[in-house]
Amino acid sequence: MNSRCGIVVIAGVLASLAALGGAWPACAQEAEAPPLQHWSFAGPFGLYDTAQLQRGFKIYREVCSTCHSLKLLAFRNLAEPGGPAFSEAQAATIAAEFQVTDGPNDKGQMFQRPGKISDYFPPPFANDQAARAALGGALPPDLSVIAKARAYERGFPWFIFEAFTDYQEGGPDYIHALLNGYADPPAGFTVPPGGQYNKYFPGHAIGMPKPLSDGQVEYTDGTPATVDQYGRDVAAFLMWAAEPTLDARKRLGFQVMIFLIVLTSLLYFTKRRVWHAVHHPEAPAG
Amino acid sequence: MSGQSSYTPQSPLLQWLERRLPISGFVHSSFVVYPTPRNLNYWWTFGAILTFMLVVQIVTGIVLAMHYTAHVDFAFNSVEAIMRDVDYGWLLRYLHANGASFFFVAVYAHIARGMYYGSYKEPREVLWILGVILFLLMVVTGFMGYVLPWGQMSFWAATVITNLFSAIPVVGNAVVTWLWGGYAVGNPTLNRFYSLHYLLPFVITGVVVLHVWALHVVGQNNPTGVEPKTAKDTVAFTPYATVKDAFFTGLFFIVLAWFVFYVPNYLGHTDNYIPANPGQTPTHIVPEWYYLPFYAILRAIPSKLIGVIALAASIILLAFLPWLDTSRIRSANYRPLYRQFLFVFFLVVIGLGYLGSQPPEGGYVIAARILTFYYFAFLLVILPLLGLVETTKPLPNSISESVLPGGLRASAASPAEAKR
Repeated sequence: MNSRCGIVVIAGVLASLAALGGAWPACAQEAEAPPLQHWSFAGPFGLYDTAQLQRGFKIYREVCSTCHSLKLLAFRNLAEPGGPAFSEAQAATIAAEFQVTDGPNDKGQMFQRPGKISDYFPPPFANDQAARAALGGALPPDLSVIAKARAYERGFPWFIFEAFTDYQEGGPDYIHALLNGYADPPAGFTVPPGGQYNKYFPGHAIGMPKPLSDGQVEYTDGTPATVDQYGRDVAAFLMWAAEPTLDARKRLGFQVMIFLIVLTSLLYFTKRRVWHAVHHPEAPAG
Repeated sequence: MSGQSSYTPQSPLLQWLERRLPISGFVHSSFVVYPTPRNLNYWWTFGAILTFMLVVQIVTGIVLAMHYTAHVDFAFNSVEAIMRDVDYGWLLRYLHANGASFFFVAVYAHIARGMYYGSYKEPREVLWILGVILFLLMVVTGFMGYVLPWGQMSFWAATVITNLFSAIPVVGNAVVTWLWGGYAVGNPTLNRFYSLHYLLPFVITGVVVLHVWALHVVGQNNPTGVEPKTAKDTVAFTPYATVKDAFFTGLFFIVLAWFVFYVPNYLGHTDNYIPANPGQTPTHIVPEWYYLPFYAILRAIPSKLIGVIALAASIILLAFLPWLDTSRIRSANYRPLYRQFLFVFFLVVIGLGYLGSQPPEGGYVIAARILTFYYFAFLLVILPLLGLVETTKPLPNSISESVLPGGLRASAASPAEAKR
């Protein structure tokens, strides 16, 4: 009789979960899920692919940097371990190609000078208002941490598995998909003036015109010069820009894991030995 | 922490100190010979884990504070500078952020254990109430910490949560202005949150001392809920509890390390990597996962004022568990009905957590209302009534009878002897 009460309650909870199920179709997004890409930096042992980061940087340099800033990155970062692995001299050469505002000088005036390796990437526009004025009202976001600031929800129950399958690449997947997501709007969809249709952009009307087309950026290492490949390379570069310590993190993580597993195993056997006499009072200790 | 200790240290220096400040005797009586029930399971290791996590949070937090700038213009970038330019800054930050999550994992396990085994019942009421106070302090501290990186979710979480106080009749808006230090969430808000986020962990530490003190006065509960009667029912804290706690803390830390090193942003929200922008509201404002059940309760109720009252009540009611639960039997192992209702309660809390992460519309709201109803019905109606009508199972005569198949054996070595 007692347990019947509990069953009634459990049935009630199941009923409310069923109400949840009813809500499911309502929240099903119309946006397509970005196709999952293969990333060299995925998984517990995945590290950045240096060549890919260099190609991605080339795309940022030649295409994205026209409109998008990368304010948190310094030229010195390009030569730091775990990144695109440019030499210091190369990083200094890259820096010198940019004009940086410095000052005030002895006369109290700001002046322009070639960038130094310690400088941060100068933004393409003086301020947000200047960017909006030049780009018809759209503000291109800073790309420093964009790869961690974008993702897509895979929803229940996927998000539970992601913790264990080590899926951390929603950001790069989204960036790659977005760059490949330009298409003609479906019938009945009106793109607002100055906008473009993009399959993967939330709301589908994106202010950024299609930035990349096949063959636009020259690759010297034989990598196919396609938008698909460009998207992957620049997404990898932006992931590095957002998380420049990923290589160091995974390397240290492996060492810490080994240490913790060995320590915990030893603690387990110590515990067993210490408790042996408590669990088996009739047996001799040890 | 009880009474005079007959402990005499071996070293002359410690003997000298002991006559002036009996600290080694205190440690010896509280953490070495202190008797703990011999039948404690691994659910009892979360107290040690929580202490350990508190230390981890304070140590990482103090170093992070050396590099953090509490100003609306610099906070976001100073956190990014920690990630990029501070040696092992990424490790400190990811440990601190994921550490907060795992602090809550441990506290929820600790609370659930207390509820299952009736650890709040006489004579442990004060111990339990101190625990509820600790949980409240953790909630406040965690919330303020989440605001500090000054991303979109930081800013909007601060806005939503502080706005709850505007539901207070008459003085609500004045209270909110006072909390903000202005007419919107801004620099004064960030500064005071930072100050309090640094202060409250030390308040927590103080209450933890009281919590442990109270524990050492009344002793630990155990899975049978039967108090230890003879020396055979207990084992010494060291080495028995110490090594068990150390082992399970190691396991817990392996899981934490998995998150820190391999999925460090899994528990966070991507929007918090967008700098705070008062002019742009995120599509869905969601708190950190560990507040989601309470957030769901808040949103399940159409009236803002009643919603806020329900939110507060959902935690504060826990402090009254010792009196809401009328049963004389502690452990759910001997209370078949309570056990079922309690498991449903746990499922309901998990369900509310899921609903809290979803937009408040359609079936989600209906489901959240049903689950909220059960949450309060369990605490206010089911618990008081169950104690009066439930047929409980017979309790064992003693702890050792419950764990040793033959009951108390004459040959059973007492743990003190068995140590050799």
